[in-house]
Amino acid sequence: MRILARFPLRGLISSIPRTTESASSVSRHRRPYSTHPPNARLNIPTDFSTTPLLAHSSQSALQNPELPPDARNGTTKRMNLFQSINDALSIALAADDSVLLFGEDVAFGGVFRCSMGLADEYGGERVFNTPLSEQGILGFAIGAAAEGMKPVAEIQFADYVYPAFDQLVNEAAKFRYRDGKGGRNAGGLTVRMPCGGVGHGALYHSQSPESLFTHIPGLRVIIPRSPIQAKGLLLSAIASNDPCVFMEPKALYRAAVEQVPTAPYTLPLSKAEILKQGADLTIVSYGHPLYTCSAAIEKAEKDLGISIELIDLRTVYPWDKDCVLKSVRKTGRCLVVHESMISAGIGAEVAASIQEDKDTFLRLEAPVMRVAGWDTHMALAFERFNIPDVARVYDTIKRSVEY
Amino acid sequence: MNLQRCGTRILRPQSVSLRQPRIHTTQRWSSSISQRPGAAGVHFPGAVNSKFTSDLSFEHPSTYPAIPTYRAMSPDGDIISPTLTPPSDELSLSMYHNMLSVSIMDVIMFDSQRQGRLSFYLTSQGEEGTSVGSASALEKEDVIFSQYREAGMFMQRGFTFADFMSQLFSNTNDMGRGRNMPVHYGSKALNMHTISSPLATQIPQAAGAAYALKIQRLTNPNIPPRIVACYFGEGAASEGDFHAALNIAATRSCPVVFICRNNGYAISTPTLEQYRGDGIASRGIGYGIDTIRVDGNDIFAVREVTKRARELALTDGGKPVLIEAMSYRISHHSTSDDSFAYRARVEVEDWKRRDNPITRLRKYLEKKGLWDEEKEKAARARIRKDVLKAFAEAEREKKPPLRSMFEDVYAEMTPDTKKQMEELRSVIERYPDEYDVAEFEGGKDSLSK
Repeated sequence: MRILARFPLRGLISSIPRTTESASSVSRHRRPYSTHPPNARLNIPTDFSTTPLLAHSSQSALQNPELPPDARNGTTKRMNLFQSINDALSIALAADDSVLLFGEDVAFGGVFRCSMGLADEYGGERVFNTPLSEQGILGFAIGAAAEGMKPVAEIQFADYVYPAFDQLVNEAAKFRYRDGKGGRNAGGLTVRMPCGGVGHGALYHSQSPESLFTHIPGLRVIIPRSPIQAKGLLLSAIASNDPCVFMEPKALYRAAVEQVPTAPYTLPLSKAEILKQGADLTIVSYGHPLYTCSAAIEKAEKDLGISIELIDLRTVYPWDKDCVLKSVRKTGRCLVVHESMISAGIGAEVAASIQEDKDTFLRLEAPVMRVAGWDTHMALAFERFNIPDVARVYDTIKRSVEY
Repeated sequence: MNLQRCGTRILRPQSVSLRQPRIHTTQRWSSSISQRPGAAGVHFPGAVNSKFTSDLSFEHPSTYPAIPTYRAMSPDGDIISPTLTPPSDELSLSMYHNMLSVSIMDVIMFDSQRQGRLSFYLTSQGEEGTSVGSASALEKEDVIFSQYREAGMFMQRGFTFADFMSQLFSNTNDMGRGRNMPVHYGSKALNMHTISSPLATQIPQAAGAAYALKIQRLTNPNIPPRIVACYFGEGAASEGDFHAALNIAATRSCPVVFICRNNGYAISTPTLEQYRGDGIASRGIGYGIDTIRVDGNDIFAVREVTKRARELALTDGGKPVLIEAMSYRISHHSTSDDSFAYRARVEVEDWKRRDNPITRLRKYLEKKGLWDEEKEKAARARIRKDVLKAFAEAEREKKPPLRSMFEDVYAEMTPDTKKQMEELRSVIERYPDEYDVAEFEGGKDSLSK
């Protein structure tokens, strides 16, 4: 059944709305699938060609102070997210013979094209297909990592990582701890998995299980928001001595396009990034919803006359608590936005940490609020009512400020 | 942690030996296998060598004979396999010594758990032959993953009584730093990965590790050829990880020898409730893996089979091999189990007397004039003394520093963990009467940043 579901999705990925064309001429009941309500002011699809979260020019891409000097003085290339992942994988394979890349359907390029051309370039011994077995893929990867390799294992959709959960929780995460003085570990392991809503992925092509991983000591959980971030963070994950779960928002694979530095570079793990400075409210998010937040911020700042700080966690565990607490101590208000369900999500951890920190708690002027997926499953026909949208983020900003 | 530094290290261009495009040997394009008119065989891509038949009949396991069990030495200690050259006298004696050592240590540790001096123990009575015999056929550089009933393998590869006891008592010399339950041994120096409780998880890991060894030798031909040996019980073979492992080991041609200890029981579950096929061995064939069944109570047979399996695993660029070693679990499953709740005492006694790897090798050694009752008595007394000495020394040692509870979760401690460690210290300081930290090396001070 799953095989059938996979391939149609590849084609459908490209149907993500990229323009803000008007749908007013189409009757209400015959409105094309992906357009927005005719009178919408807030829930307008992201225009990735103008969003301030992407580097649209070579200059803005190279300005990033986190880049090493040689990357900053280098060139850039227009890439979407899957291309930048491909670029990072190629750099890692070229730089280190111990890097292996495998998973289901990886050899021909992957169902999302992330491994295009890599089997040809680096050989079938290093880039290969595995049998269709997630527990096998991760068990195999852990064993290879334990013997000094740097396996990059792909789980075709985050929704299918659960058969491998035992290997991740009980084995990868605990390998170093239980080996003790021997120091052997599965730190060479990186697990990549496409995650998040895609408009029509329904129950098993939409999930965001990051908070299940953030409850596991020993794993690093990383979610990039853009091609530049994806390249740098993936190279860091591969270089990291800890097992990393690298979650790729699949809706961004083709949609998010920006100028990406061509040189190899890494970006720091467990370090958040302040995407926009503000004084009155902090929004903490990661991955795809950052674009929603950015759009909501634009409207809210105009309507409410406030300034909002936007933070991308990037690594959701171990996360950059200092950055968030510092920001909330400044603004006094915070909301957390993510796609996965509200209860026991990343927002719960962020909110609890804020109220637990004496200095930040005393500075709060409104309760910490969460905008996230409802406590339900991702139903096909109702996805746009489940994933946080601009209206819900906007409304929560308003409620926080007016509290 | 300086991730930037790690990053630049890996990104430094290195040797390019594996970078050239290679022929993708495992790739098969189904479109190239076209069906010729009137062909006798079916060229479906999923089964290229299958012949057509007009007889409708289901294959039934009972029409195939059970896979035979290879035996080299009779229960009376006589060599019966014409192809077998018995190991040297020296090796035979040391193997006997190792089996005896494990069996004596098992009794002492089982009893001390019963006295409450140890939290848990698990013996390997009846299976000493499988673990000692197989380990004797491996090279020191071969990597081992095991389940937990392979003390003989650890002994054969050089684990000392002090190593066993340090782990069992979680003292400061324990390689695992006091984190694992007793019997979860491991040794980096001896290439034996640390045991974990979840069953069968080590089997696909063994496949991946074997693939790593294979790739490393492709990159650097100066590395000696190595294999991975992986132990598990017949109960663990019911886990999905067994299936995943054998399949991926076969498709990726991994030099790994899977060694199944089929001892008839998984805790209380007899094999009749574990599977209905011809044991575990019959499955190997289904995965396209060279397979053999061996008498696990015959240490020479196990050794010979493992030796050949190792050679086989290294041929044609590497491939997996499956060994099913038949034996009987004489002991209770563990100290938390009373096996007479589900099997007759007489059955156990019968196996103990009738067929036992230790007595079988002893008979061989006695017939060769290498062993007698006097030597047996002396050896038993000496081993007993050595075990008790290591026992007493290990029990006296301090436990590892409390700090080791927080270390090694990540390569470097996270800020949160550091804070929590500090918090624990502060609680202990404020409630000194509520905690006994004296038995831990360095007391509460090890919890300082």
